[in-house]
Amino acid sequence: MDELIFFINRVLISGTVLGSIYALGAIGITLIFGILRFAHFAHGDMMTMGAFIAFVLATALAAMGIILPLPMAFVVLPVAMVLTAILALGIDKGFYAPLRARGAKPVTLLIASIGVTLMIQGLIRLIFGSGTKSIYVAGESKDIFRFDMSWAGGSRPINITEPQLIMFVLTALIVVALHLFLTRSRLGKAMRAMADNADLAQVSGINTALVVRVTWVIAGSLACVAGTMLALDVALMPDLAFNIVLPIFAAAIVGGLGHAYGAIVGGFLIAFAETLAVFNWTAVLRPLNAVLPEGMALPANLALVPTEYKLTVAFVILVITLLVRPTGIFKGAST
Amino acid sequence: MPLIELKHVVGGYGGAPILNGVDIAIEKSDIGVIVGPNGAGKSTTLKAIFGLLKVTGGTIEFGGENIANSLPDKLVPKGLSFVPQEKNVFTSLSVEENLEMGAFTRSDDYSETMEWVYDMFPVLREKRRQPAGELSGGQRQMVAMGRALMSRPSLLMLDEPSAGLSPRYVIEIFETIQRVNQEGVGILMVEQNARQALAFASKGFVLAQGQNRFTGTGPELIADPEVAKSFLGG
Repeated sequence: MDELIFFINRVLISGTVLGSIYALGAIGITLIFGILRFAHFAHGDMMTMGAFIAFVLATALAAMGIILPLPMAFVVLPVAMVLTAILALGIDKGFYAPLRARGAKPVTLLIASIGVTLMIQGLIRLIFGSGTKSIYVAGESKDIFRFDMSWAGGSRPINITEPQLIMFVLTALIVVALHLFLTRSRLGKAMRAMADNADLAQVSGINTALVVRVTWVIAGSLACVAGTMLALDVALMPDLAFNIVLPIFAAAIVGGLGHAYGAIVGGFLIAFAETLAVFNWTAVLRPLNAVLPEGMALPANLALVPTEYKLTVAFVILVITLLVRPTGIFKGAST
Repeated sequence: MPLIELKHVVGGYGGAPILNGVDIAIEKSDIGVIVGPNGAGKSTTLKAIFGLLKVTGGTIEFGGENIANSLPDKLVPKGLSFVPQEKNVFTSLSVEENLEMGAFTRSDDYSETMEWVYDMFPVLREKRRQPAGELSGGQRQMVAMGRALMSRPSLLMLDEPSAGLSPRYVIEIFETIQRVNQEGVGILMVEQNARQALAFASKGFVLAQGQNRFTGTGPELIADPEVAKSFLGG
């Protein structure tokens, strides 16, 4: 029983946290790709930017002496989402829109987004320094919910921290809201229409400029949520999300580029694959030692991949997907 | 005053002009058909009207104003609709969502228009929850026309509506176009099936090298030995 609890704590819960972060990031990448047809490399840094905005707001609130039972970062999140969305719109207007107006190729836009990456990271380092910060500004401690498992014969509890619990709820709410938006609202349908066939969307009289703006608002605000979650889960630093932009891209591609649900599935798939690959199976298989013959024992570490090579898992999945099903799990845009 | 009037339209994609002076005039009661050899500028003419390429000379008057170089999101609310030849449905959207996209520029209640479209294409009502990509070629063409009609246009432009359809469907699509016309929608279409299309055209335009070569009623053009010899395959 204890082995199962250990598995839940180490794999199920951390996998879901990581999956939520990947999924929310990948939704932005996949929507931007669907509508604007380019790989938005700066998306990781948009996440970092969102986390720093939440950090500044939370610090300001804490400085005013406001103490709340929740981590401050969650309280300020709606405002931070709005600000990140506005900045995302500004970045599009300043850097990508002029290139699109000249009919730039997707590769040119990709290179431009690498420039935006460097710019955002540089600005963050300039303003906040390059050190690591905690987004738990008021010295809040992570409340831990311990679910006693003694009724099932477990000696250890299942541990979920309060931020983790809020992250699960938040991600679920966002996924449902996004689904309703894409399937029920006129603008959401127009967004799917434009991702499906941009020329026909224009011919139908769909206001494509408006759809582009809505895309940035959604991508930017979700990036803020994902970045803040990541900062709550790890720590706040200038290259926070830059480090995970590649698995996020893998998630979007595995799910099928341009496909929002694919990005969610891809995000959780990559996250669980990574978590399972670095998980030390000895911890769970230890009871087997009892039945193994004399002189044989399980090695101390039975992880498939050493933790420092976690990133390769995403790429292995990506390569397999591209070989077996190049359009992704859901049929995405192939260009 | 005609519904739409092109006067000596010159235009192209930047390089040498493809249209070298096209004249077209259509009334609301008309079915206008543009025919001509490949590269004559037939589809280009429709795209020029719809603002999809640069018009550098001449005027396009629609509803009393010059609409040359206006973009679709301005033209659709004015009563102009366009069905492209290829990729003319949103394949991953349901039939009903396709129709809704045609009404994107409308802020009023369009449920009546949707009923009107479903009455015209009953098969679409049955398949309204299905992704448009799963339909047959003929049914897709109906979705495409239905989508274009959702904005309640006064002029519907179709680029080769019969392309790739089996002969049975060609007749059906032409009959549908006539029915739409009888509902008070002016039609301007490009056709490869020249003889068949001209047979029911109230106005025919034979283009060659981006210019009008012959203009007349459909039956007149079919009867003209010169048109028949050069453009209708004898």
